[in-house]
Amino acid sequence: MSQLALVIDLNVCVGCHACVTSCKQWNTSGWAGPLVDENPYDADPTGTFFNRVQTFEVGTFPDTETVHFPKSCLHCEDPPCVPVCPTGASHKRADNGIVLVDYDKCIGCKYCSWACPYGAREVDEQQKVMKKCTLCIDRITDLTLPERERKPACVLACPTSARLFGDVQDPDSEVSIAIRERGGYQLMPEWGTKPANHYLPRRKTRIYIDPEELIRADNPLRKEDLTTYSGEETLDDVTW
Amino acid sequence: MHPAFSVIFLTTLIGAGQGLFLALYTGQIYALANLLPAQGDEFYAFGSLVALTLLVGGLIASFFHLGRPERAWRAAARWRTSWLSREVLVLPLVMALVFAYGLAHWTGHTQPLFTLGNWLAVDATLLIGLAATLAVFALFVCTAMIYAGVRFLEEWSSPLTVVNFTLFGLASGFMLAAAYSAFIGNQLVAFFGTWSVIFTVIALVSRFASLTRNAQLRHKSTVQSAIGVRHQTVSQKAQGATAGSFNTREFFHGRSAGTLRTVRLLFLFLVFPLPILLIGAAYATQSPTLPIVAFAVQYLGLLFERWYFFAEARHPQNLYYQSVA
Repeated sequence: MSQLALVIDLNVCVGCHACVTSCKQWNTSGWAGPLVDENPYDADPTGTFFNRVQTFEVGTFPDTETVHFPKSCLHCEDPPCVPVCPTGASHKRADNGIVLVDYDKCIGCKYCSWACPYGAREVDEQQKVMKKCTLCIDRITDLTLPERERKPACVLACPTSARLFGDVQDPDSEVSIAIRERGGYQLMPEWGTKPANHYLPRRKTRIYIDPEELIRADNPLRKEDLTTYSGEETLDDVTW
Repeated sequence: MHPAFSVIFLTTLIGAGQGLFLALYTGQIYALANLLPAQGDEFYAFGSLVALTLLVGGLIASFFHLGRPERAWRAAARWRTSWLSREVLVLPLVMALVFAYGLAHWTGHTQPLFTLGNWLAVDATLLIGLAATLAVFALFVCTAMIYAGVRFLEEWSSPLTVVNFTLFGLASGFMLAAAYSAFIGNQLVAFFGTWSVIFTVIALVSRFASLTRNAQLRHKSTVQSAIGVRHQTVSQKAQGATAGSFNTREFFHGRSAGTLRTVRLLFLFLVFPLPILLIGAAYATQSPTLPIVAFAVQYLGLLFERWYFFAEARHPQNLYYQSVA
């Protein structure tokens, strides 16, 4: 039993939307058909995306912080969207825990989107079926790709390595260690959906520097130095 | 939530159809106990036809909700876990049983099959009607549980949703039975009208209870738990889309708070006091048209009621779309 998931580090996400565009590019070109856009170059454009980056401002000016927040399906370990599906199109894979929609079975009733508290599902306006993040299932299981490329498109695209990918049920995986050691948390834990995706919190990086670390107050050389100086370069000028 | 007219018509039409069937069957049982004058088989047969028409109308409306209606048959697959799937199974069952009930009356299968305790003559219509009654109540539960079963929609996630759906179906169905009786001019208008008023008054109590509950509701999720930032002040600057997305369309009614209040007032007036006054006036004046008006008014009110039911529910995903919320 494994559970593949993303761990997203909000501390380093800069909100560049590279994960959004790479996700769209990969998933609109795949065997499952396009992620359709409507009015892409016109007024009121809209379209289907698996992944979106939102931006929140925390605090009151001038004490504010900008939090860029990538948002996609969290691949819950207890996904509430799956049991409500009347056709069985919405399912959770037994082998790797990825929640998927069978586009050939989906009737487009939207009931699963009501049953997802995170708003992770979107109806494709032309294909009229429910779509959502697949963790690039066609890519991560493609054995013809070199192993380092068997990762979701968003993870490979992220320029700040804010997105980690791996098995959260393997305690020694990169993602499990990140969750454990860097305060990884789940979204809306109050619903008991056990999202597999985790987020790493913003952190303040502070180092304390004592003035004595900057000025060598007790330079032993100077203390014992009996030399008379007349302006030339000394050992002190070279060392500090 | 965005109120979809397909679902508004589905739930109100099948509710009235289910209620109408229950009214007819109640009438038959009262007649069997000699509490009401017995009616001819045509009364039940045509009444069942009206109920069936409403059920079919609701079914047709429901197809407009689907993105892929040609695959609707697949929806019967997951009845073990999905209330929607259960409704998809029970609705045709109700339609078949109501059809069989009407057909049994129309073809005169009213000879007693056996007699219980020397006085209760059981015929085919009574047995089919009993099965249909059970199926009708199962359908009320299935339809309402589609909404009450989504725990994230806290406005809906309450037993009151099931109670309301059932009572509104009963009230409008019995009102329609009164209208039907008035239309064909039999003596059952007062009987059906009285029951309709009783159900309407109980529905007023339970709907008021759910309105009060929802007004006092404190939602579990906050924007803090949604993004996991523990700070009192969090404001959204970007929603991840240039214009709208599915998330900004499906989960918002897009109307002002004033519109919501107006719709609430409208349905509270059209569903409860006005039909009661009209059916009361019909009783006093023996009018053959007022019960029909009473039903029409109550049904119109129920459309507003169901619209408000959807608009009132606030989905936790809306926390990620602050500028629309």
